[in-house]
Order: sequence, then C-alpha cells, then structure tokens
Amino acid sequence: MDIQNLVKMANSIGGFFGAWPDRKQGRDEIASHLTRFWDPRMRAQIVAHVETTGGEGLDTIVVEAIRQLEAPPVVQPTA
Amino acid sequence: MSLHRDHDYGTPARVSEHWIDLTIDGLPVSVPEGTSVMRAAEEHGIRIPKLCATDSIEPFGSCRLCLVEIEGRRGYPASCTTLAEAGMEVRTQSSELMELRRNVMELYISDHPLDCLTCSANGNCELQDMAGVVGLREVRYGMQGANHFDAESARPKDTSNPYFTFDAAKCIVCSRCVRACEEVQGTYALTISGRGFESRVAAGQDEPFMTSECVSCGACVQACPTATLMEKSVIEMGQAEQSVVTTCAYCGVGCGFKAETKGNQVVRMVPWKDGQANHGHSCVKGRFAWGYATHPDRITTPMIRKSIQDPWQPVSWDEALSYAASEFKRIQAQYGRGAVGGITSSRCTNEETYLVQKLVRAAFGNNNVDTCARVCHSPTGYGLKQTLGESAGTQTFDSVLQADVVMVIGANPTDGHPVFGSQLKRRLREGARLIVVDPRGIDLVKSPHIRADYHLKLLPGTNVAILDALAHVVVTEGLVDETFVAERCEADSFAAWRDFVALPENSPESLEATIGVPAEQVRGAARLFAEAGNAAIYYGLGVTEHSQGSTAVMGIANLAMATGNIGRLGVGVNPLRGQNNVQGSCDMGSFPHELPGYRHVSDAATRTLFEGEWGVQIDPEPGLRIPNMFEAALDGSFKGLYCEGEDIVQSDPNTQHVQAALSAMECLVVQDIFLNETAKFAHVFLPGSSFLEKDGTFTNAERRISMVRKVMPPLGGKADWEVTVALANALGYPMDYGHPSEIMDEIARLTPTFHGVSYDRIEQLGSIQWPCNEAQPDGTPIMHVDAFVRGKGRFMVTRYIPTDERVNQRFPLLLTTGRILSQYNVGAQTRRTPNVEWHGEDRIELHPHDAEERGIREGDWVGVASRAGETVLRATITERVQPGVVYTTFHFPESGANVITTDNSDWATNCPEYKVTAVQVVQVDQPSEWQKRYRRFSKAQLDLLPRKGKREAV
Ligand code: SF4
Ligand code: SF4
Ligand code: SF4
Ligand code: FES
Repeated sequence: MDIQNLVKMANSIGGFFGAWPDRKQGRDEIASHLTRFWDPRMRAQIVAHVETTGGEGLDTIVVEAIRQLEAPPVVQPTA
Repeated sequence: MSLHRDHDYGTPARVSEHWIDLTIDGLPVSVPEGTSVMRAAEEHGIRIPKLCATDSIEPFGSCRLCLVEIEGRRGYPASCTTLAEAGMEVRTQSSELMELRRNVMELYISDHPLDCLTCSANGNCELQDMAGVVGLREVRYGMQGANHFDAESARPKDTSNPYFTFDAAKCIVCSRCVRACEEVQGTYALTISGRGFESRVAAGQDEPFMTSECVSCGACVQACPTATLMEKSVIEMGQAEQSVVTTCAYCGVGCGFKAETKGNQVVRMVPWKDGQANHGHSCVKGRFAWGYATHPDRITTPMIRKSIQDPWQPVSWDEALSYAASEFKRIQAQYGRGAVGGITSSRCTNEETYLVQKLVRAAFGNNNVDTCARVCHSPTGYGLKQTLGESAGTQTFDSVLQADVVMVIGANPTDGHPVFGSQLKRRLREGARLIVVDPRGIDLVKSPHIRADYHLKLLPGTNVAILDALAHVVVTEGLVDETFVAERCEADSFAAWRDFVALPENSPESLEATIGVPAEQVRGAARLFAEAGNAAIYYGLGVTEHSQGSTAVMGIANLAMATGNIGRLGVGVNPLRGQNNVQGSCDMGSFPHELPGYRHVSDAATRTLFEGEWGVQIDPEPGLRIPNMFEAALDGSFKGLYCEGEDIVQSDPNTQHVQAALSAMECLVVQDIFLNETAKFAHVFLPGSSFLEKDGTFTNAERRISMVRKVMPPLGGKADWEVTVALANALGYPMDYGHPSEIMDEIARLTPTFHGVSYDRIEQLGSIQWPCNEAQPDGTPIMHVDAFVRGKGRFMVTRYIPTDERVNQRFPLLLTTGRILSQYNVGAQTRRTPNVEWHGEDRIELHPHDAEERGIREGDWVGVASRAGETVLRATITERVQPGVVYTTFHFPESGANVITTDNSDWATNCPEYKVTAVQVVQVDQPSEWQKRYRRFSKAQLDLLPRKGKREAV
C-alpha cells in the first residue's frame, strides 16, 4: 500500500492520542489502536518503514508507538 | 394477509395517572383524564358517528355528527370535543340524535357528487359509511348541487402531485387534511379559504399542490375521509385486498408500513398506526416512492463475464455461483487467504449482513468484511463505545417529546429523517428551545412556528473546535452537573478533560476566528444547553464525515455527560442514521475488527463461542476496511470482492481512485437489484431482491428491531439471504437455513445483547429495542439508566486539529455535501420513481457574493474542481450557504460529486471526509473530462447487457 497514506493515517492517530496529558498512556493507546484496527499487512508495512527509515515523516510519539508493536503475523500465502 | 383496517378512536389517546369513571349507554367505563367522550366510547366498543374527527389529530368539532346527550346538560354536545368527566352519564343513541345526525348528513350529501359506484374510495369511504350508519334515505335539497358529478360547476381536479390527486368536488371541508398537515407533519401547506358553502381547502397560496410548500408526506391523504385526497395508485388499481405489515427500506427512522396489495402487486403503502417509530406518519419516500421495486431496469437473471470489456452472459444461478466460488478459490490459492473479502450494506436486513460477515469469516477465512457504515457512521460506533461503552444511540425517538432544549449538529432532520423531523417540530412548537449547529441554514432554523434560539453557523470542518468551546463555557462557568459526574463518570478522565477544555485556547473568544461564530453566541448556546433541564443532542453525518469525525462524536458524549444529560427520557446522544439498517449492519459484525455485538476479533472467548457454532477457526487479526481494500487492490494484494447491496463507485470518495482499484480486481461479484455503478466493473452479477421480496429485520437509529415481511416473491427467484447461503455452499462451507428466523435465532444465541430476540418475540411486542435479554426481556428504550454500559463514563480529551483540506488561492471555497428529502443516497431507488419531479439533478449552491465575483448566474453550468478531480454541475444561488462555502447533493451518478471529494478520512475509522473539500468554481460550457469519460463508459457497459428478452429467458 502507499506508504505515504499509511504515514498520514498513523500521524492522525498520533494527533488524537498525542494530546493526552499522560504521554505514556497516549503512546500505548496509539500502539493499541494500530493493533486493534489495522490489517496485519498495513502494520507490517509501517513497522518496516520505521525499521528501514527510522520513521521518516512520522511524528515522534507515533514512531515510539510503532516500535512497541509486536511483530504482526506473517500473512499466509495460501488458504 | 387479509386487509387490515385500523380502528379510528376519533381523538388521540391521553396518558394520565388519574382515571375518570363514567357511564356510556349504561355501561360503566374508565379512561385516563383528558380523554374525549368519543374516545371513551370507542375504546369500549361503542361507536359514535363522526366525520371531522380522527385520532391522529386534535378534535375540531365542526361536523356535528358526533352529538350525544349527557344527563343534566342542555342541548347536544359534540362528543369529540367534550372531555369525559367523573360521574357523567352519556347517551349515544336516541330518536332526537338520530334525527339530528340524519339532517347533518343530508346537508353534506346535498353538495356531494354522488358517483359512489365509480368513486375510487368506494368500499373504503367514511362518508358512505356514515350515510349508512345514520340511515340516510332521502336528500330533500334535490340532486342539483354545484358539485354533483356531472355538474359543469364541479371544481377541477388537481393532479399535479405525482402520487395523489385532489378532487375538490368531493371535499366536505372537514379540515382533517389541514390539521394533519399542521399537527402531524408540521408543514402548514393547507388552509381553508372562504366561508360557509364557499369554504374550501387550498394548498399554498391557492395553487397546485406541486408548487405549494407541500412535501408530499401523505398525512392529509391518510386523514381524508373521502376520495378528495386519494392515492393515484388506488385510482388506477382499485382498493387493495390484502395487507402485510413491514418496515420502510429508506432512512434510519425505520417507519412501520402496511403494504396493501392485490395478489403480488402493491396498491399502496400506508404508514402503520402501531409502528413504534412513526406512530402512523411517513414521508414521501416510504409512503410513495416504492415503484422502483418493479422498475424495468431490474436485473433478474444471474450473469457472468471474464473481463469487464466482455458482454454479459446470462446464466443459471448454479453456474453463476459456482463460477464466483471457483474464482474466489483460485485467487486465494494464488495470492493468499487475505486477497478476497466482502462488503455488506446498510440496505440489507440484519440476517443478510450477518450471513455475509459469516461467509467472509468462515468460508474465506479472514476478516476482510466491511459495510457502507464505514463511510457514514463508523465514527459513531467508535466514539460512543469509547465514552459510553456501547456503539449506539441512547434514546427512543419519543424521548424528544420530553426534551426542553434540543441541539441539532450536522444533521438535517426535516430532509434526512423526515418523520423524526416532524416529531421534533411538534416538540419545538410546544415550546422546547433549539440550537442548530450547521454551516448551512437548514429548514429547521426557520420554519412555520419555529425559530432556532441559536444558529451557530460554523465553518465546515470546525465541529471539534465548537464542541471544545461549548465545553469550555460549561466547565469555566460552573455549569457542570457535579453530582452526575461524581456518581457516574471516571474521576481521572473527567479531571484531564476538564483541565483540557478549560485552557484559554479553547475559549469561544480564542476560537472565534477559527469557527466563524461570534463568541457570545457560543456562550449563550452553552448556557442554554446546560441549564435547560432536559437537553438532547441529535447529530448526523455533518459530525461523522470529517477527518476528526470520531473526535467530534466523543466531544458530543463528553458534553452530554458533563451536563448530566444521559440516562433518562428527554436527553441523550442521538445519532441520526442515514440508511434504514446502519445500526443493524454494525450490530451484525460487519466491521473487519468486530464480531456481532461489537466484540473484537482478538478476544479469544468470543472467537471460541463463534468457532463452536460455525465449526471453523476465526482469524484473530483485524481485516481490511473499505478504503484499505482499494489501496490493497492497487498494490496487488487484494483481488476478489463480494459486494452485496452497496454501490461503492458512486458512494465512496475520490471516484477515480475507486474505479482504478476495482479495475485492478480479478473477480468482483455484485449482488444488487440494478446494474449500479459498481456493477459496471463486475465479473459476476447476482440479482438482489428489494425489501418487498423477502423476510428479515431492520434495526433503526433507536436500536429498534422491526420485521420486514415478504409481499411478493423475489423477482430473481432468490431472496438475498438465499443467495449468500448458496454462495457459501458453493465455496464448500455449508450453510443450512430454512428461513431468516433461524438466522436470527443463531444471532440471539451468540450475542448477549440479542439473547431475548426472536421473530416470535418481535411479533408479540411489535418491535424490540436491544439490548433484549434476561435482564431486559422487553428490550431497552433508554440506555445507561443507572450506570454506563462500560461502568463509568469515560471523558476523552478532544484536541481540535484542522483538516489538511484547506482553502488556498487555487481552491478558495469549501465544498460540503448533504441530502434532500425526495432523494435517497446514491438515488438508485428514488431516481427510478416520480420523486425526480422534485429533484431531477444535483446542483451546486453558491452564496450570491461568490457567484457575482465569478460572474455566475442562476442555472449556469459551472466547473467544480478539487485536488482529486473535476465535475460540472448547475448553479443555484442562495443565501442558505455562507460566503466561501458551496454545497451539493450526491444523488445522481453523472454529477460526480465524489469525483471531487478527497481520500482524507477520520483518524480512527477511515470514514471519509465528505463534508470538507477545498474547491474552485468557474463558469463553463461543457461537461468535465470525467463526465465525458463516464458517459462513454456507462453507455458501453449498458450495451454489454443482454437484450431484455434474452435476460429473462434463462
Ligand atoms: S380534502 Fe378531505 S380531509 Fe380535507 S377537508 Fe376535504 S374531505 Fe376533509
Ligand atoms: S402531503 Fe403532507 S405536506 Fe403535503 S399537504 Fe398533505 S400533509 Fe401537508
Ligand atoms: S424514509 Fe424514513 S422517514 Fe420516510 S417513511 Fe421511510 S423510514 Fe420513514
Ligand atoms: S366528529 Fe365531532 S364534530 Fe365532527
């Protein structure tokens, strides 16, 4: 998927939870939101983006949250 | 199935704690205080003749047919306007009364056409009935009345409305229609002009119905005791022979209707008096716009093709289904289990959406299922779950009758949810106060006998800012309901929220320039809201369809909790749902992260429950949402889609992006009643069935589950649920249901909020508002009464973040979108009815100032360009919109409203930001490039359809 779109989506999630007074809680909420609502292939791509570029275009709190994610399961090639 | 006629009690029911005892014709009876003598009699089986009274409106006392005798009183009072009193002794029959009534009838008949045998009301006419009841045997005034049927002086018929006629010659001037238009509908389109024998009913300024303010709701037709106001379908087909109670398939009000039929043909749809959402009222769509169901454009034969350049090949159901199944399997083998998915629709029944998500989860083995609620109310689901604990509105519609102040945000109830709009208007006429938060001057701001106390005309895209500013006033001016918050809400999240909204940057003054509303107005509205007593919030897509849609929903919940306006009648958070079954399709697990009942797929206990029933393993990872599906299609990881009842090409934003995504798919299966825009990109077409052709249930905006009942057999041979069952079987996953009630039984077994729901129970209760279970066996009209579903209410910090979509030199105007009364969504249904006579095209509304600057005049063709695309529409110049803002509807595919909307979306749910697009508007003299391509493509696709005869032969 278009990584720019994923970056934009991740930042807008960060925009909401980033406003929370407790920064750690905000970061955990971002990570949890990505786990609960993003399809594994989207998560895998954003994790790879952070790994390869250090999180280009992503807000700091979002990068931190993505680093916290457990590796998403590998998508099965066959049914 | 036999024709059911409603009993008319003459005057409306009253509710009172005090009961009155009286005797009528010697029979002791007891009724609530405020009940009329007429109703008291009717309720106890004693019928009093009447003409000007009917129980949907207040009595008027003009016809004098309902006279009675009351012991100790002089004269003959009218029973409809006389209230029952303790100890009254009423006589409804005597020789004097008989004589008086006969005289009254005689006078009426003296000026009546007397063409009963050929009259459309023959067999269902109150005037006829009353003539019979009073024993009218002669008319001493002769038969030469001015309106007798062959009299040249008879008044002409008004046939201007496409659905009903007004035959003034038959009018008895009982004014039931006038009062229905005022009291039930609230439009005030009718008056009685002239006096005595000359008095008559006039629409508007004595003009044809079609040019008057009439909105064609049908309330007057329903109230008319004669054939004066009559459905054209009855005039054409004659009186119906059977009736079936069912539920409207248009908006989220979910009105109950009696479908009156002759054999398999619908004669008319009559609003159901016992319908708990509509109490016998309706709007033009549900009441009249059902003709699409048998429109010649219906496709009733399954079809397949290898590529979208190929002609469609009509085939048998078996062939179409096995082709679709083999393609899905091939794609999964080649590209992976996650390369296919399904989309359900809010137009489908609960049972159908449940089956589609089951098919995706059990037969496809993934969670790639989504619903069109994605593009409308997904932020409601998310926002209300986070704050209150349940993804649903908190009230019944009737709750509004107890509200002291109503705040309407980003909704246009009189157009989008007309029957609720009428109920709201009734409450406002009774004195409730009104705050409208909307960029545009919707009708509610100023309509007969209604003026909004505040119209906060904010700039599109600033909902969160205004909600924060309102909250700022509540918090800093000591308007918080401290007791409610302390008892019912989380202390720490409240403290964080209070500190946040109290910040100076959230004050109405600081945000004034951003919002575009004077700070004093925001302060005034906040005070009114917080201090009113019962304050209720109603909101719609103007809240959800933004990049901060979910934030705004949470802002609304915060405001309601902080002011203690949750958990009783007259208050609450009320999402107005666009389509009939938005609530239901969400309840049924149509989202890629949730199983039915809003339980996350990662929850092992829930999965185990479903795995036990379904006999498969369920993927614990969330699947793709609709916009993610498009993205994945473009990058090659998503290749097959089963799309039931939803037109994603027309309804989703950035049309060209959607078209590119669908063109990249290898197997697109569309199940629909028409060859919709999406089907033009499909490889398999499965004929769908309209709501008249199947059994099932819909769940409206107040969580009310109502029955949809089959009126005619499915034109394509299979009801939609049967098609999904057959597709699952073809995929090798057996489904075995004999009737949709068995599907509901499965839903009830697996979903705690539905444990008590069954078809039998709905039949007994008329309808059920979930949760319905052991704790709430009759359902739950008001939620969160003693505690929130999640325990304590959770406040959320809602920082305003402006959308990326901003005006600049290139795109200096903000476009927002909405809908209109006569059309429905993508218009596939209403465009195929005479409703086009009200709205035959989408137009762009511009403020006179913006128009003048661009040299644009009323009716000019103008190009509307955004960074996503360009289209051409005709201009309407109006001050309803503010300078800098333009507005359009999206009911016609060729308008390409979504060619211009962008793929910005809500941060939490990806609900598209339809409501804010930066555009430029210029005068043009030809259609846009996209429109030219669209016309070519659309024509080519229609040419690929088999000829009509061949389609039917298979
Ligand atoms: S049109 Fe019908 S309801 Fe209206 S005044 Fe005439 S008879 Fe009565
Ligand atoms: S159809 Fe409705 S709006 Fe029109 S005149 Fe009758 S009651 Fe009034
Ligand atoms: S469209 Fe809505 S308001 Fe109109 S009849 Fe149908 S459910 Fe009722
Ligand atoms: S019904 Fe009572 S006066 Fe007409």
